[in-house]
Amino acid sequence: MEVVTTTNGMELVYQKPSTLTDTPFHYCPGCGHGVVHKLLMEVVEEMGIQEQTIGIAPVGCSVFAYNYMNVDMQEAAHGRAAAVATGVKRVFPDKYVFSYQGDGDLAAIGTGETIHTANRGENILVVFINNAIYGMTGGQMAPTTLLGMVTSTTPFGRQQAVMGFPLKITDLIAQLPGAYYVTRQAVHTTNAVRKTKKALRLALEYQPRKKGICFVEVVSNCPSGWKMTPVEANAWMEKNMFPMYPLGDLKVPQ
Amino acid sequence: MNQKKEPPRLMKGNEALAEAALRAGLQAYFGYPITPQSEILEYLTEHGAKRGAVVLQAESELAAINMVYGAAGAGARAMTSSSSPGISLMQEGLSYMTSAQLPCLVVNVSRGGPGLGTIQPAQSDYFQATKGGGHGDYHLIVLAPSSVQEMADFVFDAFRLSEKYRNPAMILADGALGQMMEKVSLPAEGSLPPGDKPWATVGKPASRERNIITSLFIEPERMEEVNLHLQKKYHEIQQEVRYEEIETNDAEILLVAFGLAARIAQKAVELAREKGIKAGLLRPITLYPFPSQIISSLSRKVISFLVVEMNAGQMVEDVRLAVAGGRPVAFKGRMGGMIPSPEEVLEEIESIAESYRIPAV
Repeated sequence: MEVVTTTNGMELVYQKPSTLTDTPFHYCPGCGHGVVHKLLMEVVEEMGIQEQTIGIAPVGCSVFAYNYMNVDMQEAAHGRAAAVATGVKRVFPDKYVFSYQGDGDLAAIGTGETIHTANRGENILVVFINNAIYGMTGGQMAPTTLLGMVTSTTPFGRQQAVMGFPLKITDLIAQLPGAYYVTRQAVHTTNAVRKTKKALRLALEYQPRKKGICFVEVVSNCPSGWKMTPVEANAWMEKNMFPMYPLGDLKVPQ
Repeated sequence: MNQKKEPPRLMKGNEALAEAALRAGLQAYFGYPITPQSEILEYLTEHGAKRGAVVLQAESELAAINMVYGAAGAGARAMTSSSSPGISLMQEGLSYMTSAQLPCLVVNVSRGGPGLGTIQPAQSDYFQATKGGGHGDYHLIVLAPSSVQEMADFVFDAFRLSEKYRNPAMILADGALGQMMEKVSLPAEGSLPPGDKPWATVGKPASRERNIITSLFIEPERMEEVNLHLQKKYHEIQQEVRYEEIETNDAEILLVAFGLAARIAQKAVELAREKGIKAGLLRPITLYPFPSQIISSLSRKVISFLVVEMNAGQMVEDVRLAVAGGRPVAFKGRMGGMIPSPEEVLEEIESIAESYRIPAV
């Protein structure tokens, strides 16, 4: 990397990637979205694929992802990002296509599109942010909400008898022959951030192989929805989310 | 509009439409099986790929219309087809596409409803097709073929109009038009050049700002601007109105009918003329934009109107708005997949003639 010197004579060792716009993130303090946006766009910059990349934004907190990611993007209807991504990828089979979706979008209203897109082996990257809650609409229960977890629509905690079980959709995806690379990561520590970036890089590097869908889940937090400080939220996530959604690769290329 | 044509051949409406789509430069088709339109999906899965089109059977109509969204957003000439219940499932996507200003062709080979209904032909999706169908203030451009020839020809018109105005266009046919075989002269391949789509998401070069396809405009001021732009566009689209006049010059009883019902109405007009009743037919070809002006001006010449539809009375509301109380507007309809016979329509014409004592010539 070339050494850049700033005006005050100091060596520039880190900067925002050019693939992120100058628009300030609207995300709450401590939220994982900003970190994942940055990692994804760093990878796009480092691979030099900005001109070949088309992203699909979901409905949810990251509905405005296209305000931050400096690539051509389409905003999909709630749950339909994988179908929209399919439409783009089929038209441009040699370009890089990703969808960026939350748990409600991907694993509740969009379950059908998610499963079938994976099962067709669409050669796209799906980035799945799982924070076990509907953040944008004010903290309602998500398909991935843990049993006993309090949300605005499970005020007494999620009860299995009423609302069923948390959906481990990434495990489901990993079972499908159309899935090529399936991994679950996090962004709560420096080490986790590095691993997530590596996963995103691998997923995009795999895309030209045309071997199937690459699916990167990021177990994340929601300090506002969980009604915790960012520090508390990360501690709660480690203690409660990780046992249900353990980090690591679920499927790697053979 | 469609220049060079081949010698006629005998084809099913659905197949003629599918073949015409390939000749019109179709680049991406996404569909889902439903009677009575499945032949479109079948024809395109057989012939599409080898002629350069992306063809994919989706897991639902919901997925299909959103794949169309993605492909259209990427600049492809994109299309889907379905029948009434499936078209209902696509309404969300159509609302989004209209707001995001994406062109596409949606074919509705409609059947009787409501609900799962019947697989027999009906025109009961007129309101849904012409008034918006999904949420928000919008319209589709709607063309109503009444022959297998028009099933083929209107594909070109629908793609051209949808791309000109960056608005989804619909061909509103019915199960009979989709299933019946007629003589058709297919338009020549390649006669519809691909349009320039600088807004498409094709990957951002360093030389331009990123392209964004979205229907989200969270500030109300911006959302109103978008709406004003759409309304301006719908005003301009009025100039695309098309209709056919049959025996309207001296008509005293004017029938108004579209699609299959127009063919029945035309036969009834012939039968009435044989009996000396001066009947005529106005056939709207575009249902949106609706030919209100010609109906309004004809209302000053005729004595009475008779609207014939295969539904409970939907287009008749637009005819009454155009006539604006100036003349009586009667309605004859059959529902639930039933098709009115020319004789049934003739009876209506005769009873109107009698009530106004229109003398036989």
